[in-house]
Amino acid sequence: MEKVLQGNHAIARGAWEAGVKVACAYPGTPSSEIIFVIGTQYKNDIQAEWSVNEKVSLEVASGASMAGARAMASMKHVGLNVASDPLMTLSYTGVKGGLVVVVADDPYAHSSQNEQDSRHWTRFGKMPMLEPSDSQECKDFTKLGFDLSEQYDTPVLLRTETRVSHSFSIVKLEERRESAMPLGLNKKDAPKFTMVPIYVRERRPLVEERMRKLEAFADEFKYNVMEINDPKIGVITSGVCYNYTKEVFPEYSYLKIGMVWPLPKKLISDFFKKVKKVIIVEELDPFLETEIRAMGYKIFHGKDVVPSIYELSPEIIEKSLKGKRYKAPKERIKAEELPRRPPNMCSGCSHRPMFYALKKLDLFVFGDIGCYTLAAAPPLNAIHTTICMGAGVGEAFGAAKVLGKEGLGKACAVLGDSTFLHGGVAPLMDIVYNKGNSTTIILDNRATGMTGLQEHPGTGYTITGEPTNIIDYETLARAIGVQHVRKVDPYNIKETMEIIKEEVERDAASVIVMVNGPCMLHRREKRQFEHAFYTIDTDKCRGCTMCLEIGCPAISWQEVSGDQAVTKDGHKRKGVVQINRLQCPGCSVCGQICKFEAIIPGQA
Amino acid sequence: MEDRVTNILLSGVGGQGTILASDILCSVFHEVGYDVKKAEVHGMAQRGGDVTTHFRFGKKVYSPLIKYGDVDYLVSFELLEGLRYINWLKKSGKVLLNNQETYPPAVTRGTMKYPENVFKSFKRFFNGNVYAINGLDIAVECGDSRAVNIVTLGAFSNFFDIKEEVWEKNLLEHLPKKVHDLNLKAFREGKKAIS
Repeated sequence: MEKVLQGNHAIARGAWEAGVKVACAYPGTPSSEIIFVIGTQYKNDIQAEWSVNEKVSLEVASGASMAGARAMASMKHVGLNVASDPLMTLSYTGVKGGLVVVVADDPYAHSSQNEQDSRHWTRFGKMPMLEPSDSQECKDFTKLGFDLSEQYDTPVLLRTETRVSHSFSIVKLEERRESAMPLGLNKKDAPKFTMVPIYVRERRPLVEERMRKLEAFADEFKYNVMEINDPKIGVITSGVCYNYTKEVFPEYSYLKIGMVWPLPKKLISDFFKKVKKVIIVEELDPFLETEIRAMGYKIFHGKDVVPSIYELSPEIIEKSLKGKRYKAPKERIKAEELPRRPPNMCSGCSHRPMFYALKKLDLFVFGDIGCYTLAAAPPLNAIHTTICMGAGVGEAFGAAKVLGKEGLGKACAVLGDSTFLHGGVAPLMDIVYNKGNSTTIILDNRATGMTGLQEHPGTGYTITGEPTNIIDYETLARAIGVQHVRKVDPYNIKETMEIIKEEVERDAASVIVMVNGPCMLHRREKRQFEHAFYTIDTDKCRGCTMCLEIGCPAISWQEVSGDQAVTKDGHKRKGVVQINRLQCPGCSVCGQICKFEAIIPGQA
Repeated sequence: MEDRVTNILLSGVGGQGTILASDILCSVFHEVGYDVKKAEVHGMAQRGGDVTTHFRFGKKVYSPLIKYGDVDYLVSFELLEGLRYINWLKKSGKVLLNNQETYPPAVTRGTMKYPENVFKSFKRFFNGNVYAINGLDIAVECGDSRAVNIVTLGAFSNFFDIKEEVWEKNLLEHLPKKVHDLNLKAFREGKKAIS
């Protein structure tokens, strides 16, 4: 049977067909759908979980592997930074049940804080990496990954990127085959899995031997494919870049690499014999190019013409390789001059009043990764750092150390509920232990919001929707030793500002938990607002534009002239605002901001 | 079956259902025997950003992304989001516009103007190949403003020689039972809107 599947779904399907028993992930674009699909469609055969972070994901998956089961952890590229600690040593221990680690890159940083090239992990960690180019390969390579993992006693990396993970193509479906490996723990495996120096030194040569065997295998690997067409030009490429290049230069010869590490040296040598000039097309870093140049080959074109930043596309490859011969399509309008449509917080979002309050308090805000990072954009401009999950908490403390008493009342850290659990607890302990005075605000919207409302240890539900323990942030903070824990309702702006002001000025560590502000897209949890919607009293609106400063998508500006250019009580105005009733959930934030009582509850 | 790959670009605003429409396109063209590929470009679509989907079908499709300037059909669920991709069309390209305006932040804040006469701008370059529907009005008449994506899909189905049963079967497969009647109606009314 054939089905059109998303790349991520095909990976999930591959894991199911391969007999996987445990699959773990922390959500992260573009990888999130993998475990979501497993947790909903394949939950009878695979125990799926949203882990607290990627490191835990990989540790849980590796434990399942140690007990003989096939297991998978999937994450976005920056997630592997978090999981790299266990990964680098799992390379030494190897596996029992097959272990595949999916890492999804995001060239152009569509939804990420950097565009690092995950292929470097494979060489660095001394383990093989497969790179699929479409959904069928996503499924096939996932299955193959488990076979290779068991055969060569190694974790296997499966690298995708946004255009593979999030594109759809036809996949042939097959049935599930359970792994033949018996389940169980064996104490005799201790030297294999206990990486103390004496055993490390025993495992170390085995890692090299494994890579040599894999290198020999690479030359026979059926997904390292040579296609000889026009022998004048041959392209060495992998993943989605193969599809882009093939699209614009179907006449060229190709060496499509399915396993990007270790490289098929004999096959590469054959390719150089069969074609006159070799071009290397790869996204991001010159990974293949550096290696192939180091083998002593002369390359006609590579990163001298193909960009090494941002993502590639058929036209970028055509332009790069054709150079001056490239003819750009006719430009009919200047599209870049049209108003852009960036993402925005939803109307009614609890982050909006919170960041309005932080802005009014003129604080320097150490930020984090989530929907609330949108507050970095105009008109709020209320986030001043974003590095990685949990980073803002430690950063605020570091800055407070330097600024001393002068810094009191000037800064704070903010992060989401999911990100707090992911990476914010450890730095909070650090603040208390080291007698810091910074303030951490937990923006609890009851879900991992930005990636699509996934559950986490603070929501009370597992990936399959089963009720489970709920972490209480106040109890947690107090257990760590935070003496000052406050709760704020962000929709009460005045009170929110007062509480934040008190805590940031306090010479002690403090935590503020935002409560009763679930994500507006949440299906289970809804905040009830007092009024159904708000409206403008156009007799009173002076067109001061104060309410436009919160960037609510429901509020818009309209110029007025003639009789309209003056309020009922005689004030001149250039325009008035309007509230789109269909978009307004009645959160009252704009009403609290208006100084002229021109924003009032609507009458249904 | 001809060898040539056909390129369809769907553009709209988060929440308009462009992705569902493209899922249905994928199933329909797969069912009638084509190779299909689809790429969604939606950084944070749920948060009101723009959404585009590249859908390609043919005997054998390589790239999931359409090459700039190679679009055969532009289906736009919102006028500004249509105009944004006017340069992507081939000279012989065809355009289907849903006459709906959703203001982006710069327009609601009053710092930029929403483009005027989008239809005319397309007419200037594509003359007889520009079609427009009032999808929102039709969807509301059918009973739910959210069916605007299916109305637009219905109108778009006129461009292809594929039986109505195939469209409708795949349409229903992608939707929960309770909205079947509504969406069938929306699809059929959309089809009538430009035939």
